[in-house]
This record gives sequence, structure tokens and C-alpha cells, in this order.
Amino acid sequence: MEQSSNNTILEVKNLKKYFPITKGFLRRTAGHVKAVDNISLKIKKGETLGLVGESGCGKTTVGRCILRVYDPTDGEIRFQGQDIVKLPYNKNRALRRKIQLIFQDPYGSLDPRQSAGSIVGEAIKIHKICDNKQTHKKRVEELFTLVGLDPEMASRFPHEFSGGQRQRIGIARALSCDPVFIVCDEPFSALDVSIQAQIINLLQDLQQKLGLTYLMIAHDLSVVRHISDNVAIMYLGHIVEIADWREIYERPLMPYTQALLSAVPIPDPIVEKKRERIILEGDVPSPINPPSGCPFHPRCWKAAPDCSKEIPELREISPNHLVACIRV
Amino acid sequence: MSEADLETWPEQGQNKRVSEFQRFLRVMFGRWLVIFGTFVIVLTVFVALFAPQLAPYNPNKVNLREMIEPPSAKHLLGTDEMGRDLLSRVIYGSRIAVSVGIVVVCIAGVIGMSLGLIAGYFGGWIGTMIMRFMDALMSLPPLVLMLAIAVMLGGGIAKVYVALGIAFMPTYCRLMCGEILSIKENDYVMAANVIGAGHIRVMFSHLVPNAFPPLFVMITLDLGFAILAEASLSFLGIGINPPTATWGAMINSGQQYLLTNPLLSIVPGVAIVLLVLAFNLVGDGLRDALDPRLRGKI
Amino acid sequence: MAPLLEVKDLRVTFDTMNGLVKAVDGVSFTIDKGEIVGLVGESGCGKSVSQMAITQLVATPPGKIVSGEVIFEGRDLLKYHPESNMMRDVRGGQIGMIFQEPMTSFNPVFTIGEQIMESLRLHLKLSRSAARKRAIEVLEEVGIPDASVRINNYPHQFSGGMRQRAMIAMALSCSPKLVIADEPTTALDVTTQAQVLDIMMKMVEHYHNALIIVTHNLGIIARHAQRINVMYAGRIVESGPSEEVFLNPGHPYTIALMKSVPRLDEKRGRQLIPISGIPPNLINMPPICSFKPRCPMVDACQSLSDPELRPVGKNHSVRCHLNISGQNSGTIFE
Repeated sequence: MEQSSNNTILEVKNLKKYFPITKGFLRRTAGHVKAVDNISLKIKKGETLGLVGESGCGKTTVGRCILRVYDPTDGEIRFQGQDIVKLPYNKNRALRRKIQLIFQDPYGSLDPRQSAGSIVGEAIKIHKICDNKQTHKKRVEELFTLVGLDPEMASRFPHEFSGGQRQRIGIARALSCDPVFIVCDEPFSALDVSIQAQIINLLQDLQQKLGLTYLMIAHDLSVVRHISDNVAIMYLGHIVEIADWREIYERPLMPYTQALLSAVPIPDPIVEKKRERIILEGDVPSPINPPSGCPFHPRCWKAAPDCSKEIPELREISPNHLVACIRV
Repeated sequence: MSEADLETWPEQGQNKRVSEFQRFLRVMFGRWLVIFGTFVIVLTVFVALFAPQLAPYNPNKVNLREMIEPPSAKHLLGTDEMGRDLLSRVIYGSRIAVSVGIVVVCIAGVIGMSLGLIAGYFGGWIGTMIMRFMDALMSLPPLVLMLAIAVMLGGGIAKVYVALGIAFMPTYCRLMCGEILSIKENDYVMAANVIGAGHIRVMFSHLVPNAFPPLFVMITLDLGFAILAEASLSFLGIGINPPTATWGAMINSGQQYLLTNPLLSIVPGVAIVLLVLAFNLVGDGLRDALDPRLRGKI
Repeated sequence: MAPLLEVKDLRVTFDTMNGLVKAVDGVSFTIDKGEIVGLVGESGCGKSVSQMAITQLVATPPGKIVSGEVIFEGRDLLKYHPESNMMRDVRGGQIGMIFQEPMTSFNPVFTIGEQIMESLRLHLKLSRSAARKRAIEVLEEVGIPDASVRINNYPHQFSGGMRQRAMIAMALSCSPKLVIADEPTTALDVTTQAQVLDIMMKMVEHYHNALIIVTHNLGIIARHAQRINVMYAGRIVESGPSEEVFLNPGHPYTIALMKSVPRLDEKRGRQLIPISGIPPNLINMPPICSFKPRCPMVDACQSLSDPELRPVGKNHSVRCHLNISGQNSGTIFE
């Protein structure tokens, strides 16, 4: 089973996730939402892969398939060499612990009737990581300090914390399982700007200290640029461009990536005046009825007649820079 | 870490941390109607527990020489058509009332909520089956349903419990199922899954505690309604067999003497009204105290 | 020339279970005809409430406009009853509003067209057919395809971006003199955000409206606003021309806000400098200078009084005792 491909920790191959649309009393399947359609990616140990896209592009679904919250329709997810899609549940459980999740919404992700200490300590209890009450308590305190919270606050309930503190509790909960891989699902977007930086720095510190690997699902391109080693751009269930951060931000090839980057305002009026802006026409098409061929062609200013014929494959344009566009 | 110090800044010098329980007590007992309701309930339970000590006579002792007597020093509330002491009968009747309330709500609550939990959590065909069955039960008027079950099972106190329990069950099942369905969508439930919690743990340490507040309110209200329902059955003569003193049966037998001694019906009637009202008041208080967002949800 | 709108010492409070919240605590600002002003601040700093108070849309109770003047074209709007004909005419007619969540700002049971037409007939007294013609016209202007068909759609049949564009169309249909856009694109995706803002700016330019953009996104302000007000804990802490404020910020909060977000064009590897702590509780405000508990320069500040908004440059004023200017503002936080 063991596949050693120079410390790749997670590999996703041809992942597909279709959600059925049911109709009528008998719940016949009338069609599918192709939330994730044939995507592949690799993440090396200790790296951060930024997964960027607009709402409805399937980025969250990818994260949830990796976490095995959703059952993929098709494809492989290899974590530390093992295909976790096919693994039976009880074996999976031990492995699943190693993949954790940090949520977007610091309000909905904490059980309002559980104290902060009990939230953080729950996984330790489930997996019997600590053998007695003393070490359990010590471990919870350790986790609190690790994420920058006062262990004294362990007896408080979520509503007594601010958004940033809640997010820290969520991070401590994820860390309590000793994970090696963390899916961060928009962990900053619900926070105020002044708090965002605290959490960004915290996640970066933790990555260094604990050697974590992140899948950073986000829509804020400046934040992704700040923390990612590699960046994958998703559009309508497909990965349309994937490369290291420098290539994506300095030499974006796919027209969609270019439009996305130009849409992000820079907090500097002088820079802004000189920037060229690409304003896209229309809206993102529905994933129930995606356009034929390249998913982006109806909004693309470089579209050619051939674009609507076939779904373009990801091609390597330069080393480690893959683009799904026939016009590049 | 100095950052942590700073994070606690706004709490310095501010009003002290109020625990959830203190807040609960403050809202709950902030109104005198709730206090009144609680008092009535506590009093009734006390009377029920110590009925043998409090009642001046045996409630079932027939004394044909003292039939339908008005209140006197010997019989504080007078006697009924068989010469039984009315006060003693009302006191003993509280035992049936309280026990009916508790047992019926327990049966209905435990079965209803368990089925609701299963239906809501697992869904699928099993959930559909449970919910369709509950719909079928709910489609009958509750009194007709209770009558049918009681007649089917025959008389006796245990049968009444079961009949009322089944009649009260569907609402619990529905409410629970609905609550679970909405709570299930919360991120913290997914978080529990991700950290490796099993079904049992997810259900009982995350779903049930969060689903409980509205159910708790319903339990309080139903304690009252169960008493009322039992009284209706007894009034119709299908409930608990005579000569056991129950408030409903007492109203029924007293109605023939409404003109000669109205107290025979009025006293147990007032007892029922007071107790049901008390449960309603406390239920309302609980609803407000448990969660302000719950207002108007039931 | 008198400004189009002048807000003077506006104070709004909310009476809550925990105490009196001073949501807006003495805010003053002006806006000229055709000017685009940005209002930045974090959630809960009172930026939205201060704008709602202009058209008296603050729910009373628990809210209350305690004091202040809102002089719009020479009349103090706060002197009128919120339900008076005058205020109804101002709302939607002379001051257009664009809200964050277009789904809840439209009534789901009426078509988009009916809702735009309603305001046209109410404010401009147009006939039904004229209102319809005008509604189609504005919808076309904001780039709704097949506007004459789409006008009969219900809000849920529109996508998020389209709804927000329809909202813009509605706000601008009666050619108001001032448009207040409260977080107009926060709920939208980046490309849609750019698209909607682009259309909004074109419309505002075309109709010569004055515009107040309320947002927490500094980038949007930098891209579109001519002047900027920074709000913190119910007060304006810095105010000035956009370029001046961005290049030469004078309040530690403004500087900290800029330092705490990563930029798309900066050198990578810069450590973000978060603002420590959390925004103050508006019930229990710090006694002197609301930013003091979080201020990174607190050591340099000896003053024990509450700072006033004071001029530091041309049209540029700052609510801080310290003289932070130009070059040293960049290095203070290193």
C-alpha cells in the first residue's frame, strides 16, 4: 500500500461529488449538481495549499470530502498513502482524527451548552488520549495556552467569548486530536479586520510549531497570498489553475484568475488609480446546468468557438504551473 | 501572554459575570404569576405526598347517614352522595392528578422523544415511517383517540396512563424531530463528527441538550393537560374505576347535586383549574427564561 | 457653498437589557454635492447606525436619537417626525439607500418591477406606464439583461449580484441627491463585488449623486472614495481626503487597520500586526480615549483627557493627542 511520493501527505485523484436533485413524492433523481467535477491535487507535508473560488464553486465540498463528511461520488483521496474513501469506518476513525477542520463561523461551530474546556477536551475523551483526569486537565490547559487563551476561562460558555476568542477555541478543539492535516474553511471571513490578523498569525505560528499541513479554503485573495505555498483556483467544480503562489499572483494565465485578481481592491488610492480592472459580465452559471466545454467561456473575453466544445484539461505550462485553458 | 490579558480587558470593572443559572432564575421568577404557579404546584405535590396525614377521613369510607351534608365543623367541605368526606376526597384526588401528570408525560415524553430523535437524526425510510405513524395518530382528535385506546384496554389506572401516554406522544415526537433536524445542521455537530464522536455521543451530548429547552416547556404544559385529559376521561366514566377519588369523577358525580350542594363539583373543579393554570404559568415562565428567542415558537 | 448634507454632533443610544449602548457618540461630518465619501469601521462601531439615523430609520425603541442635527439642503431632518410626509419624501426620494442584504431589502411577494415602480410613483408621481418605462430603463442601466422581461421576476429569481444591481436601480431611480450604500457588496463574491461597485460608480457619476459608502473593506474605499471617515467605538477618529489618509494616516487605529490586512501587492513574508484586544463594549467605554486600551502607542501618550478631533492638515483631522505624521507612522509598528 505504502506509496512514497516524496512526502506528499494528501493526494486527491479525480474526485467527483454529485448531489442528486430529487423530484416528486417518490424522490426520483431528476438531475445532479456537479459540485466537484473531476479534480486532482497534491499537498506536501508542512505546506499550505490555498483553495480559492467564489461561492458555489465547490471548494467547501472538496474540503468536506477530504474530511469524509461527504461520501465522494467517485475518485481517490490518499492520505499518508492510504485511500481513505475505501477504508472501512472503524479503521477510518483513527485516521480521520489526523485530519481536522477549522470552521468559518465562530458562532455556529461551538455547542452553546458546552463549556469551552469541555469543547476542547471532548476529543481527548473520545480517543482516550489521556488516561486520567489530571493529565486530561493539563492537556486542555496546554491547548488553551497554545492558542493564546487563558486556561482560567475554560469553565466559560461560548456566548461569553468574542468572535476571535471563539475561533481560538475552535482551533484548540481541532488541535486536541493531534492532527497533521487541517482543512481551514474560510477561517477568517467571519471575523473583523482587526481580529483577522490575530488568527492568521496564530495559524502560521501553529504550522511552524507543530509541522501542520493546511488546506486553506478562502475567497480573500490577499489573505491566501499571504499564507499559501501553492494556490488552486476553482470555478464551477473544476480546478482551472494551480501553481505556487508567486506564479499565480505574478503570472496568472487563466483569464478567470486574472479577473479574480484584478477585482481585489488594494488599500492604496494611488496604486488603485493605475490598475487595470477587468470587470466580468454576467453571473456564475448554475452548477445544475453548467455550460458545455470550458465552464468559464460564457464570461471569458478571450473565448474562442473551440472553448465551448470540450472541457479543457489541466496542462503544465511551466514547471508546476497547470492551467485548464486552451487559449494559453 | 500579554495578548490574553488584553483580551479580557472589557470585562475589567464591568458588571460581574452572571452565570446562566442566575440569569435563568432572575427571568423565571421575575414575575409574581410564575411564583404563584410554582407555589400551587409545590403545594399540590406536598398535599399528594402527605395525603394520609392531611386527610381527616378515609376518602372511600361510605357513611349513608351523612349524605350530601353542607360544610360543618365535622366535615369542612361537607360530604358527597355516599356520605364520604369531600375534603379528604379532594386531598386524595391530588395523588391521582399528580401521578397521572408525571406518568403520562414520562411515557409520552420518553417514547415520543426517542422516536423523534431517531427519525430526525437518521432520517431515511425509518424516519419517514415513524413520522407517518405519528401523523396518523395526530389525525384523530385527541379525546377520541384517548377514548378508543381506553375502551380497547379496559378500565384501571394503568390503562389510563397508557391511553393518555399514547395520545400525548405524537407532539413530542414531532417537536423533537423538528428540533433535531434544525440542530443537526449546525457546524458544531459536524465538528463532533470530525473529532470522531460516534452516533450516541453526537445524539446525547450535542443534539438532545440543545433540543431540550422547547421540549421542557412542553412537558410543563402537558403535565397540566394530562390532568385535564384524565379528568375528562373520568368525567365520561371511562377512566379510573370508582370508588377511587379522582377530580374528574368527582365533578361528574357531583353534577347531579349541583342545585343542592354545588360544592361537590366546584371544589374539584377549582382544584383542576388551579393546578392546570399553575402548570401553564410555570411553562410560560420557563419558556421566557430558557431562551428569549423561543418566544412564540410553541 | 453649503454642503449637501451636514451632520452635527449626532448621538444615538440603544436601551438594552445590559445597559445603555452609546452606538453613535457625537458624530459630525459633511458631504458635498457629487462627492463620494467612504465610512470605514469594524462591526459594531456604529457606522451603520449613524447612517440609518440620517433618514431616521433607527428602530425606536430600543434606539433613540438623543441629539444632533442632520442638515440636508438647509433643513434639519431630525426636526421632522420619522413618519411625517417630509421624511417619507426624503427617504427613497431624495436620499436613496442601498443595504447589505438585498434578499431581505426586497419584499419577496412583489416583483422587482412592482417595487421599483412603487417608489417611482410615490416620489415622482409618475403614471403606471411611465413608471414601468422608467423602471425598465434603470434596470437596463445597471446591466440587467432582458430588463423588460426580468422586471416581472420575483426577487428570488434574481442572483445575489443581480438583486444588488436591482437595489441600486431602485435607489437611483428617483434621482436622489444623496445615496447611502451600507456594506453594499459585503455579501457578494469578489468578481461580483467588483462588477456591482463598477456599476454603482458609473450610475453615481452619470446622475451626479453624492455617495456615502459604508464598509469595513479599506480596499473598496481606496478604490472609489474621494474622502474617508474612520469610525471607532461610535466616533469618527480620523477624517480626510482619501489619498491623504491612506498615505499619511494620523490615528493609530487607522494605521493599525492598514497594517493588519495583507495586501495583494506587498512583499510577502511581512508579519501582520494585529490590533490586540477586542473593540470596546459600547456600554462600558474606556473613560479616556476609547482606543487607549488597544493602542500600540499608548506608552508615548501621557494625556489623561479625552482627545478631540483636531486638524492636522488640509481637511485632515484626527482624534488623537499624538502627532503621528508621514514617515514615522510607518516605522512605529515595526
